[in-house]
Amino acid sequence: MAQITLDKLAHSYSENPKTDADFSLKEIDYVWEDGGAYALLGPSGCGKTTLLNIISGLLVPSKGKILFDDRDVTAFQPEHRNIAQVFQFPVIYDTMTVRQNLEFPLKNRNVPQDEISKRVEEMIDVLDLGDKASRKARGLTADEKQKISLGRGLVRYDVNAILFDEPLTVIDPHMKWQLRTKLKELHRQFNHTMIYVTHDQTEALTFADKVVVMYDGEVVQIGTPEELFDEPKHTFVGYFIGSPGMNIIPVNVAGNQAKIGNHTVDLNGGYPDLSGKVELGIRPEFVSLDQAGLGIPAKVTGVDDIGRFKIVHATVESHEVNIVLNEGESIPSDPKITFETSRTHIYQNDHLVYPLANNRGL
Amino acid sequence: MDKTYNNKAWLLVIPVFILVALSAIIPIMTVVNYSVQDTFGGNKFFWVGTEWFTDVLRSERFHNALGRNLLFSFIILSIEIPLGIWIALSMPKKGIWVPVCLIMMALPLLIPWNVVGTIWQIFGRADIGLLGHTMSLLGIDYNYTNNIFDAWVTIIIMDVWHWTSLVVLLCYAGLVSIPEAYYQAARIDGASKWAVFRFIQLPKMQGVLIIAFLLRFMDSFMIYTEPFVLTGGGPGNATTFLSIDLVKKAIGQFDLGPAAAMSLIYQLIVILVCYIFFTMMSHLGTDKPVEEKSE
Repeated sequence: MAQITLDKLAHSYSENPKTDADFSLKEIDYVWEDGGAYALLGPSGCGKTTLLNIISGLLVPSKGKILFDDRDVTAFQPEHRNIAQVFQFPVIYDTMTVRQNLEFPLKNRNVPQDEISKRVEEMIDVLDLGDKASRKARGLTADEKQKISLGRGLVRYDVNAILFDEPLTVIDPHMKWQLRTKLKELHRQFNHTMIYVTHDQTEALTFADKVVVMYDGEVVQIGTPEELFDEPKHTFVGYFIGSPGMNIIPVNVAGNQAKIGNHTVDLNGGYPDLSGKVELGIRPEFVSLDQAGLGIPAKVTGVDDIGRFKIVHATVESHEVNIVLNEGESIPSDPKITFETSRTHIYQNDHLVYPLANNRGL
Repeated sequence: MDKTYNNKAWLLVIPVFILVALSAIIPIMTVVNYSVQDTFGGNKFFWVGTEWFTDVLRSERFHNALGRNLLFSFIILSIEIPLGIWIALSMPKKGIWVPVCLIMMALPLLIPWNVVGTIWQIFGRADIGLLGHTMSLLGIDYNYTNNIFDAWVTIIIMDVWHWTSLVVLLCYAGLVSIPEAYYQAARIDGASKWAVFRFIQLPKMQGVLIIAFLLRFMDSFMIYTEPFVLTGGGPGNATTFLSIDLVKKAIGQFDLGPAAAMSLIYQLIVILVCYIFFTMMSHLGTDKPVEEKSE
């Protein structure tokens, strides 16, 4: 087990990267705490697998260093880094039995036989594969195979980290939940550093203590699920996390007010003068729809009834806005929308801008 | 669930039955017909029962040819299969060399059998052949027309040259279908190169290897054209394989009855051996079939 430090790490697949765009992974500086459960969340092609493969050693970064505790392992091959990785598709050794699969990484490392047997029996127990231990691995179901892949990492007590590359992709929905619970349980039991790559926000938010959101090769925010929800640092985070995502509306900001077309909205604080692309972000949960009042007139274009709540699609000054209505609330005939002032955020060129400190208030 | 019985499906199968009857069943039955009768010409036939079969099975000529065939198949399989695997493993997995290698590998397979025989026949001649002449210049006494050992070596090299590519291409197809994650997982598990071969590559190649093995066995066991062109079955009878012997008997001596009996025995051997190999190889590495749990 180890703390993993990424020191000015960046990677490009091209030979001579020149501009920022050549980098599949833009410079990142971060420390993964020992024993933490992290999720790397982002859309396909955002560089999350690249980052994972750099940590596991399958890729050598073009820039920067990676340290396990205080040891520089940048040039180490995967087999010397002592990490475990679970891939998208279950990797098992077809011709071996379940037990032999679990023994394999230990045998390769010349662990004494009695130690191997002890650990493997324990692991079979932990993974609930007792009745299948002597069966060939090829006949098992996808989730059982994925458990074996995981088990091959866990039998090595001393692994520095366990990396998951979208491990639940091929698992049936009802098994996903079980396997994820198992993962959490194993994390609590063994306290390994776990890094979990996914494009599914539910998986990321339920699995991880800290979620690393990546977008276009860049880490845009690292935080707990609440932080990502309450204060997205980038419009992408706001949009990607939550369902539906945050409403992003172009505005003009003056002091502690923002203008959407001709209408004025109060903000969570006073802002300096902003230039470039300025947008207001507000989660659908904090937008309300009223019959009368001072809100901005809106036109309802559609309603999705999810059961416990309704998602109302509306347009405000030709911008699309989603609103979450709780069960029982009805849609007014002449709707006006208002924003919960403390939940508004202002983004300049997609990045969050904080209100001026002395003006920050509710 | 109740099954629906509907015999109309048979109508759709009829065209296939007719085709198979014309192309296989009727010709084979003709052979069966010859194998149990004798004739002195004039289209007059006499029933002889199993006489030809006992004759063939007891004849030393048949035993010798069968022995040569089995030895030949054994030798070329034990060269071509490992060699094919080895070449497939060394071929590039991506890049511009892939098509180059594949085309180079496919070339020998495109050459007709008798041309292959002719190529090697000329190639090995001491007077004008590149190989034969070079050998005699080097002072090596090489002559496939009157030395049994030289004749065998030439036929075996010729077959290896002609057919190893088939094994290579099949194995290569098996190898490139292995997802990259397997190799990555093996590296992380600390597997040696041998372990990667033994536990990832070989199992993934099992299916194509069975096909390669069966195809090469059948083809080599039925080899005719190349040795016929190269040595004509000689020196003496040293390279007279079953097929060559069969043609001599059927067309050379016009012994239709014994030839028919022999070809039936020949065919049964091929089917039997293939069946045994197939059953053995496809059961390698599997345990008892397990009933899938239904939910």
